[in-house]
Amino acid sequence: MKTQILTALKFFLAMTILTGIIYPLLMTGVAQIAFPSQANGSLILKDGKIIGSELIGQKFDSTIYFWSRPSAISYNPIPSGASNFGPTSKALKKQVDDRRIAFATSNSIVDNGTIPPEMIFASASGLDPHISPKAALMQVDRIVKARQFDTEKQQQILNVITKLSEGPQFSFFGDERINVLDLNLELDRLNKK
Amino acid sequence: MNEAIQLIIFLVALVLLAPILGKFMAKVFMGENHLLKPVFGWLERSVYRVSGIKSEVEMNWKTYLFGILLFNFIGMVFLFLLQIFQVWLPLNTEHLPNVSWHLAFNTAVSFMTNTNWQSYSGENTLSYLVQMLGLTVQNFVSAATGIAVVLALIRGLTRKTTDELGNFWTDMTRTVVYVLLPLSILFTIILVGQGTVQTFSHYITATTLQGVHQVIPLGPAASQIAIKDLGTNGGGFFNANSAHPFENPTPFSNFLIMLALIIISAGLVFTYGHYAKSKRQAWAIFITMLILFAGGLALSLWAEYSQNNVLNIAGNMEGKETRFGVMNSILYSVTTTVTSNGSVNCMHDSLSPLSGLVAMFNLMLGEIIFGGVGSGLYGMIIFVFITVFIAGLMVGRTPEFLGKKVEAFEIKMAILAVLAPSIVIKLFSAIACTIPAGLAGLNNAGPHGLSEILYAFSSAAGNNGSAFAGLNTNTVFYNLMMGFGMLIGRFGVIIPVMAIAGNMARKKITPESAGTFKTDNWLFVLLLIGIILIIGGLTFFPPLALGPIVEHFLMNLGVTY
Repeated sequence: MKTQILTALKFFLAMTILTGIIYPLLMTGVAQIAFPSQANGSLILKDGKIIGSELIGQKFDSTIYFWSRPSAISYNPIPSGASNFGPTSKALKKQVDDRRIAFATSNSIVDNGTIPPEMIFASASGLDPHISPKAALMQVDRIVKARQFDTEKQQQILNVITKLSEGPQFSFFGDERINVLDLNLELDRLNKK
Repeated sequence: MNEAIQLIIFLVALVLLAPILGKFMAKVFMGENHLLKPVFGWLERSVYRVSGIKSEVEMNWKTYLFGILLFNFIGMVFLFLLQIFQVWLPLNTEHLPNVSWHLAFNTAVSFMTNTNWQSYSGENTLSYLVQMLGLTVQNFVSAATGIAVVLALIRGLTRKTTDELGNFWTDMTRTVVYVLLPLSILFTIILVGQGTVQTFSHYITATTLQGVHQVIPLGPAASQIAIKDLGTNGGGFFNANSAHPFENPTPFSNFLIMLALIIISAGLVFTYGHYAKSKRQAWAIFITMLILFAGGLALSLWAEYSQNNVLNIAGNMEGKETRFGVMNSILYSVTTTVTSNGSVNCMHDSLSPLSGLVAMFNLMLGEIIFGGVGSGLYGMIIFVFITVFIAGLMVGRTPEFLGKKVEAFEIKMAILAVLAPSIVIKLFSAIACTIPAGLAGLNNAGPHGLSEILYAFSSAAGNNGSAFAGLNTNTVFYNLMMGFGMLIGRFGVIIPVMAIAGNMARKKITPESAGTFKTDNWLFVLLLIGIILIIGGLTFFPPLALGPIVEHFLMNLGVTY
């Protein structure tokens, strides 16, 4: 009995050191050497300042930018989260109806039913960095107008969308998507040209 | 089309890899030579030396069980203390306050029981130190505990006329050193390559393109996420769990995580086959699990792609991520609920009613469809006992399993192991539904509100940890009720299982005769599936009818709450 208790304590200590200290420290070391950018949050710098992370979505609601998805936490990552509204939620129905109208009106869309679902539903993390390429294409006319671009620049935006669109990873995994922050960074670059 | 291909790749990978891993684990646990022995043998021996373990001395079921309870109790107390004192401990980079006593109790129980229910959000509650020194450790050892229990049970079933069931410390050490740790190291590196963070730096404040400050949380996440997925733990480093872009950055990481959720539990079925010296026994159980898994998956996919008349859309994206889409969200939700993992890449609260029902029913069945590492298999073997018992009643013969008589004691224990979690689900849910403290946390009204409560206690009792996360459970009432629910769901099964192991080990093995009811053919598979569904259905149909099922019909009528 007494030896069993002593063994339990010593074994717990051994496991704590092995899996709670050595393992995470070792992994941090390996990660920092092998993948320093990813391990530190895939940060994006502009003029020496951190403007965000490649993986963490940002709120875009200005007419001059591609909009990101609705977010239950307004893209404030502390903490991440979703609406958790159920499929018969009155509150969700109202949100979705409002978003449908808002997106259709701002982007001059005639048929509400063609809006890609990710633009009217909030994501799971509240930080989804992607939208579908289709949702990006729907916003081009609005952005061209807001930025007073000519047809040449409009074509350049379309080229950027093609360039940044990601198909399924390794041709199989996941859905088509485009990173909104990357897209908007390219937009700002176009403006300077 | 692409969806179908992904699904097929997943299932093929599962069926191919599980037997390989199962064979490897059998060699590890039997103490034979294997691939990793030359690499990590020194580590195994060091753990024995440091802890004073005589690795070859075997234990009877009571000593083995005492080791389990003692070791888990120590781990729980340590984790509790870490949380309530985190302010005064190092590596609290964001100066997070001490955790309240009831949340600390809930979290300590939760991680010790391999549930990983989280009443908190990782980003703004726990320091880096608590996450790694407390949670990561429990992620490893709670998984190893489940495997140790199933090893004792398997030995009890396959040995004859003995009291010896193996050495608990040896089983724990081998599980961690040769199975969990190497897989976690490999997986951590892949995850970081895909974009998961692994650092001890402070959180970073960025200034977004629209000029807003955005605080980006960091931490030693990948190392914890790897074991959280492999050990069927499921507790996220960040609140959004596997939906968070830092936990699950790409569709490829998502694919590997789904495989990680299920592969050890699936592999253990074949480990059992090696002990029983019968691949057919293993395949019978594996196919039973696979059929139940596929059935749930098919229903869930159909439901989620069907029209929602409230929102006027089929395949909605509420609580889902663009990079995963509907198919990968549903596949994940079914995989994580059958395996008692409980991490999520979409919000189960926002699933269509019948997809939510599938997830919930998986929890209610007691996490036996692959199930938790170790716990899934011992839970399934409990149902095998009940099945041979009922088959025996039908033909009027003493039931047998693997050549041993299954008698009154085993059946009593088996029923106890089935009843304990069921009582938690129904009784605790009933209490929560009738008092203000229980109803206060609801995020949705109508039948969906009942589903939120029912799901929470099913998750606790099944040691799953996923949630209809709208329910706010960080209250004294829920933290305590859920804590006790998890304890009963875990040890209310482990104790009867160990008693069965001890009792079975003492029995003789009688040779097979013409009258033996075979447990390795299709007839048995179908009977086993039938028994599981009948017991689960009879127990839980009434509350499910009032929750997700009625919600499904109301949704079709366009009713909102």
